[in-house]
Amino acid sequence: MITGPITVLDTSSNGPAVRQRNYDLTGADARDAVERGLASAEWYHTDVPRKEMKTLMKRSDTPAIRDTIVWLGGMVLFAVIAAALWPSWWSAPFFLVYGVLYGSATDSRWHECGHGTAFKTRWMNDAVYQIASFMIMRNPVTWRWSHARHHTDTIVVGRDPEIAVMRPPDLARLILNVFGVVDAWHALIDMTRNAAGRLSAAEQDFIPEMEQRKVIRVARIWVAIYAATLGLAIVVNSILPFLLIGGPRLYGAWHHVMTGLLQHGGLAEDVTDHRLNSRTVLMNPVSRFIYWNMNYHVEHHMFPMVPYHALPKLHELIKHDLPAPNPSIFDGYREMLPAFLRQLRYDDYFIKRELPPTAKPYREEFHGPANPLSTDN
Amino acid sequence: MSQWIEACGVDDVEDEDLIRFDHEGRTFAIYRSPDALFYATDGLCTHEQVHLADGLVMDHIIECPKHNGRFDYRTGEAKGAPVCVNLKTYPVKVEDGRVLVDIACARR
Repeated sequence: MITGPITVLDTSSNGPAVRQRNYDLTGADARDAVERGLASAEWYHTDVPRKEMKTLMKRSDTPAIRDTIVWLGGMVLFAVIAAALWPSWWSAPFFLVYGVLYGSATDSRWHECGHGTAFKTRWMNDAVYQIASFMIMRNPVTWRWSHARHHTDTIVVGRDPEIAVMRPPDLARLILNVFGVVDAWHALIDMTRNAAGRLSAAEQDFIPEMEQRKVIRVARIWVAIYAATLGLAIVVNSILPFLLIGGPRLYGAWHHVMTGLLQHGGLAEDVTDHRLNSRTVLMNPVSRFIYWNMNYHVEHHMFPMVPYHALPKLHELIKHDLPAPNPSIFDGYREMLPAFLRQLRYDDYFIKRELPPTAKPYREEFHGPANPLSTDN
Repeated sequence: MSQWIEACGVDDVEDEDLIRFDHEGRTFAIYRSPDALFYATDGLCTHEQVHLADGLVMDHIIECPKHNGRFDYRTGEAKGAPVCVNLKTYPVKVEDGRVLVDIACARR
């Protein structure tokens, strides 16, 4: 049974009770989304006075420089200790910390610097973006465009290329991705294909032609780096180079998967209100450092111009208009996992989160009639 | 041929900020730079047609509120992904405390 006052579970949907979803960006649902006005639609925003929003959007280098020194300094420190202790098992805890800094903290650095909001100084954003993109194994050109689409058409079937949990949920994939297996495998395939000078149909759909050559150039540089790592591993007859480069994308991925699934998991598809398809979760300070405050995810989607370090203030300013946040990661999973299990049988099922009395209601003309069911169904 | 239209008063826009101006079905953005000079561009981002009025002005850059695409609002130049197409800009002059825009002389 799910407890707590903040959610009801809703099996109502915007369409027929059963429909086969097609998440392909060039498929039937993509065309359907355009016809239904879901593509590039106008999204709901909480009203925030311009003066306050300007203050929140204000850029600063200081927080991100501090965090980047801790992040990269921590990586160097733990990598040196782990390598010095290798092959002893005493190296394991140091590799685990290094792995999270490499395979998880890079997810949020890639994300925030891709928005260009982490630092005030442009080249700092770009530099950290390139480094983080390599570590998280996301082509910096491809993923800049895919993430732009994710913000335009958030969790719109056939339009959003970054839907982490499609319906019905592929639980085996989710579990494998705790260790980065599926994502890294696909990243290697994409990198190889791009390095060979080819882009997929989906990539060609959301990456402008004038940008496509850059995708190929980056992929070729990355192939050269991995080839050099392989060569070093052969020369020194050790897997140590891969424990430091590439490997942490697997053994250090768990934290970004754990936090990333909470962003939209189990929530609505095909709506134009981030309060319905995104989740804010309050987290411990360590996870918030690794995740760079992306736990304030409704706030981030509503106002992507606000830098990560100002998201807690934004949350305080607009929380009267948002569903109550989950108070912990554990609580978020307690809400989300039963929804995944239920979607295995009823893929129209989603969680509809209750708004506080102070909030503007959901636009039912867009999002269908609420039909709340008992939470223990 | 010029078509000067009054857009706003000089005090309607703060330094390093912008406002929206609509006229006969068209929409524009009126900027006041940190050095108190006025500029005008088309109002919608060339990437996804989002209005720039909710964006952030930093020096001579306007950043789109949706995808953080950046333009130099003095020239309309797109400064990199995800914006690839320049903004149209319009001549601006100030007379008697009013900001006028020549909406017939678009430059890209």
